[in-house]
Amino acid sequence: MEFLSPPTWADALAAKAARPDAVPLAGGTDVMVELNFRRRAPAALLDLTRVPELRAWREEDGLLRIGAGVSYARIMAELGGRLPGLARAARTVGSPQIRNRGTLGGNLGSASPAGDGHPPLLATGALVELASTRGVRRVPVAEFFTGPKQSVLSDDELIAAVLVPPAPGPQQFAKIGTRNAMVIAVASFALELRPEGSVGTGIGSAGPTPLRAPEAEAFAAAELPWASRGRLDPAVAERFGELVAAAASPIDDVRGTAAYRRRTLGVLARRTLTWAWSELCA
Amino acid sequence: MRVICTVNGVERSADDVWEGESLLYVLRERMGLPGSKNACEQGECGSCTVYLDGVAVCACLVAAGQAAGRDVVTVEGLADGEELHPVQRAFLDAGAVQCGFCTPGLVVAVHDLLEREAAPSDPEIREALAGNLCRCTGYEKILDAVRLAAARAREETP
Repeated sequence: MEFLSPPTWADALAAKAARPDAVPLAGGTDVMVELNFRRRAPAALLDLTRVPELRAWREEDGLLRIGAGVSYARIMAELGGRLPGLARAARTVGSPQIRNRGTLGGNLGSASPAGDGHPPLLATGALVELASTRGVRRVPVAEFFTGPKQSVLSDDELIAAVLVPPAPGPQQFAKIGTRNAMVIAVASFALELRPEGSVGTGIGSAGPTPLRAPEAEAFAAAELPWASRGRLDPAVAERFGELVAAAASPIDDVRGTAAYRRRTLGVLARRTLTWAWSELCA
Repeated sequence: MRVICTVNGVERSADDVWEGESLLYVLRERMGLPGSKNACEQGECGSCTVYLDGVAVCACLVAAGQAAGRDVVTVEGLADGEELHPVQRAFLDAGAVQCGFCTPGLVVAVHDLLEREAAPSDPEIREALAGNLCRCTGYEKILDAVRLAAARAREETP
């Protein structure tokens, strides 16, 4: 096995072009587990922790550009004000030790349907920036995932950053698991309310990929009393939950049944809509 | 490959390190520092918690090569010679040590918590220790130890 440790982004892209079989490594919270258990024996590891650009975030053309190597702990500490949904999701990841190390880029690279970072990125319409020596492309996160642990990432590409619009209104995230900490989601849901009258959604751990719920979004955009900012009709919240549950495509597995996941999603969607609407009208 | 890093303030070198090897393995098997415990090897149990450049991490999830040139502090680096660190003292005094296997990781995690928050609330303590598993104590004595260490530190620095 080779251990590649490029000091710059250009070196990292060159290394990936030269060794497309190299496995990118950042926080190690997925890759090191596979190595420790000898489930994987890559020809090379590509350590990305020495590339400064990956650990930085900044504003760019009205979007927040978050380097793929920014840890969950830093998202919580530094971006909670502008991206409350993503920060809430980051807070539910693993434990303090895991959040100190795990990154959004790693979450996307693993492309698990259960990744906690994915639903808020879907709900906010984020872009994923992919780079190679051939160039840079930006992919809407809804088009990034192609199947369980599969994405559009090519062998010679690395995930550079995500680009997320600062929250235009309330954002929520909720996750179901067997305890509060150290849990892979049984189901999760992210919501964004945009005061001009639209809604974003993201479903986690209830389909082959993270999913949006377009019909639920359209329903909420049409039915919420945006102009009056009146109280949320419980029937609207209930129907929203049903439409979110219907958008999911869950399976039975070790963490839960498909039926439980659907039921859970309906409840999470109804609750998060209720919280977010009262926040919007406060 | 050779890995050189600073461990508990001293520059250390390890040879013939496998490229996929964890920092935990290097510390325990190549540097003679068995304080950090090897249990789950998947970041679930926290018994290998160390500081990497001042940040508390699971050593089992850090590739050895990622630690090269970095500053590592293990549980062995917390005591001042024979004088236990106040967090270690509090664990003994509160009866928070039973089999002792989880203790080193918990001591580092508590050390990290008290560096950040001198007077943590109970929910803050539970949150900070959520990634450290103990199968003996039921955690109550560990929570007592954290409260004791925090109270003693506050008495010393009014």
